[in-house]
Amino acid sequence: MHLPDPENLLTNISAQIKTKLKPNSALVGIHSGGVWLMQRILQQINFENLDTKKIGTCALEFGTLDAALYRDDYNQRGLKSESKPSNIAFNVQDKHIILIDDIFYTGRTTRAAMNELFDYGRPASITLAVLINRGGAQLPISPQIVGAEIMLTTAQNLQLTHDTQGKLMLTLDEISHE
Amino acid sequence: MNNPQLDRDGQLKHLLTIEGLPKRVLNQILDTAETFVGVAQRDIKKVPLLRGKTICNLFFENSTRTRTTFEIAAKRLSADVLNLNVSTSSQSKGETILDTVYNLIAMHADMFVVRHAQSGAAHFIAQHVPNNISVINAGDGRHAHPTQGLLDVFTIRKYKPDMHNLRVALVGDVLHSRVARSEIHALTTLGVPEVRVIAPKTLLPADVNKLGVQVFHDLKTGLQDVDVIMMLRLQNERMNGAMLPSAQEYFKTFGLTQEKLSYAKSDAIVMHPGPMNRGVEIDSCVADGDQSVILPQVTYGIAVRMAVMAILNGRNTGENA
Repeated sequence: MHLPDPENLLTNISAQIKTKLKPNSALVGIHSGGVWLMQRILQQINFENLDTKKIGTCALEFGTLDAALYRDDYNQRGLKSESKPSNIAFNVQDKHIILIDDIFYTGRTTRAAMNELFDYGRPASITLAVLINRGGAQLPISPQIVGAEIMLTTAQNLQLTHDTQGKLMLTLDEISHE
Repeated sequence: MNNPQLDRDGQLKHLLTIEGLPKRVLNQILDTAETFVGVAQRDIKKVPLLRGKTICNLFFENSTRTRTTFEIAAKRLSADVLNLNVSTSSQSKGETILDTVYNLIAMHADMFVVRHAQSGAAHFIAQHVPNNISVINAGDGRHAHPTQGLLDVFTIRKYKPDMHNLRVALVGDVLHSRVARSEIHALTTLGVPEVRVIAPKTLLPADVNKLGVQVFHDLKTGLQDVDVIMMLRLQNERMNGAMLPSAQEYFKTFGLTQEKLSYAKSDAIVMHPGPMNRGVEIDSCVADGDQSVILPQVTYGIAVRMAVMAILNGRNTGENA
């Protein structure tokens, strides 16, 4: 299967995100792919003042979420040892949150991330931005900002990785059920 | 070797003692605790991990701080908590420990946090509970207090992240201290190169040399160039016989004052597992001073206990997979 270049998709969603930014917007990346993406998106959005990441007169806030403590498969899988602390240093109350993840699949990670966000405060809105929607949602949740739609089967595993320079790469594996 | 704390897959099943736990498991607990530190700083200090689970604090020996921090930890994980001070309940009517435990299991308890004056009490309970139930030792006699040892190394790691380059000194009543044993095991497993104990001969266990520590009997020389000073409480209630002339005499030789603190490195941190005897093992101006991290220890203790409970409850018991 031909996979799109994730760098192009990144440019695409960065442009879409830029048109949605408001003075009280905030970006939140979901660990780990969503956090790399958010960092690249922050670079791609041309800030008027790069140091303070200002949009007009307001600083764009950003943070990271792990959502491991809110997942619905904890009873089956326990806590992964690579889980990272969430870091939301800004006040979530009344913010327009753009939630960023790499690949949208079942929607369960998004559900967990939204539940965690609400424990920080009541956002004005949440928009979901993903690099790829691979189909297979199991909840009434879908991304509003999408780089590409690639319909995959449950036997296929699509992953975003990056090299040492930070260049994004996509890998597609067939999962064996041996 | 069969470690009763680990299941067949090498996952933590009970936390009874730090002795014999692999570095991998200690790091898993410390790293997981990092994710819980932030939970306490939010508006809603709760995560839903242990929703619907019941945790029993089974305290056969009094402890306010340890019980309270376990209770807060369980509640921040959304568990239901049952506090039993057994010294004041059925045990005084003659019920055995196991009968107490079996009755609580019949009430669908999922985890036990056990404190007992007898060494080995938590091990004993762990041997007799079904596979899906975990036991955490919250202090047994002179033997072990693993969550205290873990929260101490977590605190050390927060302030002195380079564990491979540290000198740590434990000062005081090592003989009666289960905290000291747990901490020495944790520090050596995590690769701290130099652990010292500083105490009068009467307050050191006979086998102290087997613990892999350097022994000092003089506070000044022992504190030289140390990065971390862990003061131990003088355990009056565990002392029988005349081990010390008097508390005042002890303070003169082994009490940590600002003057004695100056022998350690200038950025050394001062720790104490609590409860403190001010003016016996530690001077108030040191306990409340800039180098003291005694209260952060308490705060981090909640995150570490949350991590232990979350790891234990998340292990796959084959029942709910």
